[in-house]
Amino acid sequence: MYLNHVKQLFYKDVRLEWRQKYAIGAALLYLIATVFITYLVFDNYITPRVWVALFWIIIIFVAINTTSRSFVPEGQSRYYYYYTLTKPEAIIMGKLLYNNLLMLLMGLTCYGLSVLFLGNFVHNTGLFLLSLVGGCTGLSSLLTMTSAIAWKARNSFSLTAILSFPLTLPFIIVLVQLTHHSLSAGNWLIGLKLLLVLLMLNIIVIILTYILFPYIWKE
Amino acid sequence: MERINIITRSYAWKILALVLVIYTIIAGLLIEVPRLPIIEETIRNVFFHVSMWFTMVFLLIISLIYSVRFLATGKYKYDTIAVEAVNMGLFFGILGIVTGMLWARFTWGAYWVRDPKLNGAAVSMLVYLAYIILRASADTVKLRARLSAVYNVFAFVLLIVFIFVLPRIADGSLHPGSGDDSPFAVATMQGSMYKVFFPAIAGWFLMALWFLQIRLRLNNIENLINKSKNR
Repeated sequence: MYLNHVKQLFYKDVRLEWRQKYAIGAALLYLIATVFITYLVFDNYITPRVWVALFWIIIIFVAINTTSRSFVPEGQSRYYYYYTLTKPEAIIMGKLLYNNLLMLLMGLTCYGLSVLFLGNFVHNTGLFLLSLVGGCTGLSSLLTMTSAIAWKARNSFSLTAILSFPLTLPFIIVLVQLTHHSLSAGNWLIGLKLLLVLLMLNIIVIILTYILFPYIWKE
Repeated sequence: MERINIITRSYAWKILALVLVIYTIIAGLLIEVPRLPIIEETIRNVFFHVSMWFTMVFLLIISLIYSVRFLATGKYKYDTIAVEAVNMGLFFGILGIVTGMLWARFTWGAYWVRDPKLNGAAVSMLVYLAYIILRASADTVKLRARLSAVYNVFAFVLLIVFIFVLPRIADGSLHPGSGDDSPFAVATMQGSMYKVFFPAIAGWFLMALWFLQIRLRLNNIENLINKSKNR
């Protein structure tokens, strides 16, 4: 029953997004514009290491932009209604699942655009894609929680950013190192170790979110 | 009205705190220290700089404990303790950064260098400043207490990972004692220095608790004044 709730809430979010397509369109446009500006500004200076740095900076900003509105579009009264229907754990897990999916889409699009505009420096594509998946899920889980806090404080966008910037750093450091390893072929051994660290970070964030969200939710 | 006391009302521990801190300042400047290239006399900063960080971490742990207790019980007095511990922690953190920057200037040649421990320090300051802003932006007391407690727990766990786990996996640090050692095993510290180092830590911990108690009482008085004004 509980898993069913999560599934239903997830479908609800997908359908909601589908009905108001402008929101996801805006997020995609934000991404495209950012990559394009980077391409224009960094005309000929892109080296592999610069590429890595730019890529993850773009991802952080896109993640904050995409996730910070995850609780806003539905009115407060709608949440009172959910409150009577299901447990807070189901609500946050549904949101988490949906945001992870959305962020994965953004991450892959960002990779595609970066390859198109800035060039492709990644040689170990398998490792890179795995780290992209781990990074996108981790960042979006983290941001789901911080945006929930900011949403309750009624000060959404800038508060989400300042609450989450310092907390994204563990992820970013691991991700940047992983990407440096994927710039050359081979190196799977160190890569796998770092991927494990990334997985551990993901699990920590999800467990904390699961435990702590009910305290934000009840009012 | 309930009185908030962290330890007891007795004076003994306050006198102990004063004695320890004064002792470490005098002894820290006078005792014989090992002469090492580059570091030379600046090694005495270990007593002052490192104890600031230890005290900050100590206060942040207190804050974490009271945030968890607040979430478990819903008593607002725990929330007050948590936020005042963060305020004091930030104060000690700033002192730690300043003493560290001066030391870095004379040993590594710049006020700020790229180093996992410095990054960790900067990030913890950012996190707890964000915590203060979060508190300021929530509009009801109830919400403020609950949201900040949740953020405190969430952020603390990730900070622990960032400061204590990742540096072991990622690149090495300029600081001694990184890698496999504990922070106590400062490679350059020798015998006699521990006679000042440990009292310094203990003294500042007690000092911090004293400061915290004063802040809490101040808070209490302010609340009482506000209450009587509203009446």
